[in-house]
Amino acid sequence: MFTLPDLPYDFSALEPIVDARTMEIHHGKHHAAYVANLNNAVEQAGAEVAGAPLEILLSGLGRVPEAQRAAVRNNGGGHWNHSLFWRLMCKHGDAGLSADLASAIQRDLGGLDALREAFGKAALTRFGSGWAWLVVDKGTLRVTSTANQDNPLMDDGGLPILALDVWEHAYYLQYQNRRAEYIESWWKVVNWSEVSRLYQTTV
Amino acid sequence: MSITLPALPYGGGELAPHISEQTLGFHHGKHHQTYVTNLVKLIEGTELEGQSLEAIVKASAGDPARAGIFNNAAQVWNHTFYFHCMKSGGGGKPQGALAERLAKDFGSVEAFLEQFKQAGLTQFGSGWAWLVEDAGVLKVTKTANADTPMAHGQKALLTADVWEHAYYLDFQNRRADYLDAFLAHLVDWDFVATQL
Ligand SMILES: [Fe+2]
Ligand SMILES: [Fe+2]
Repeated sequence: MFTLPDLPYDFSALEPIVDARTMEIHHGKHHAAYVANLNNAVEQAGAEVAGAPLEILLSGLGRVPEAQRAAVRNNGGGHWNHSLFWRLMCKHGDAGLSADLASAIQRDLGGLDALREAFGKAALTRFGSGWAWLVVDKGTLRVTSTANQDNPLMDDGGLPILALDVWEHAYYLQYQNRRAEYIESWWKVVNWSEVSRLYQTTV
Repeated sequence: MSITLPALPYGGGELAPHISEQTLGFHHGKHHQTYVTNLVKLIEGTELEGQSLEAIVKASAGDPARAGIFNNAAQVWNHTFYFHCMKSGGGGKPQGALAERLAKDFGSVEAFLEQFKQAGLTQFGSGWAWLVEDAGVLKVTKTANADTPMAHGQKALLTADVWEHAYYLDFQNRRADYLDAFLAHLVDWDFVATQL
């Protein structure tokens, strides 16, 4: 059984960048629905996938019975992506970017400003629903984006250490059509200590 | 033939309380407008400038090099069509020849309505639910993002926008409630019938 993780902060913690109502619906309705639907799909899939960790399911969707594959991909992706996303944000943001990650960003992407530009562009130009990612791919940092609830685990595209939800539900109550403004504001609540900690696990 | 934003076929507040004036304001005034603005910029100075919207959609469909043009052109067309599929005091059951065609191809009008709602509910991510005519047969389909029946040789008869922007201010995560309201109170069946 997969369970909905508690948010590591109050619904209002990310105000005014992300309002409490958005957080409450995003976590309590959208994320909760992905968890419930994932559990249903895994139960229907039976013994072949029972008890498998989520990362194993997502990186080996070919092993999930075809009848449940799309449901596991969409809802398992939704559960994994949102679980990561909540941890990457915190009240007032956190400037604890490690020296190691800072130098890797400089080495692979040309610096923090270049990262913000590339990541922001990936988030802005993802047509429809999806996610922008910073991944560590075979030791190298890379910016990418995926559609819907897909993620880089699904095609061996590296391990995400930074993620931004650009489904409209992530920002519509507050920013409506202004996705660019949501992306720009969002940097203020990024938890760089957690991003740095995740980076350290990959090196 | 220049590409411009068509006016809504009704006042911005007329679909309330099902779709609010605020939602329509953003949907038509910002989203639909942005697709128009983007498309005009993208085709400027190309051989597509001056062509009809339908011609631009068909010319760019399935061409990865022109995905941006297709996305914006198809979204201009889809939104214009969607807004015309609704009216104040619409919804309920279709009548006459349309009802007979639906009963013939789906078993009953109720079966069609249920299939249409399910298509909208199960389109994962952004997209559209459709009633189309495909080689003389009525079918329910769903498409992702900007994709549109015209790109598949089908004729659109009815659509519901299931991008979250279509319903989030009014229904938030409750897409099923939005689709119920759309079918029960908004569909302009006379418009749908004229598409047959
Ligand atoms: Fe989300
Ligand atoms: Fe729309």
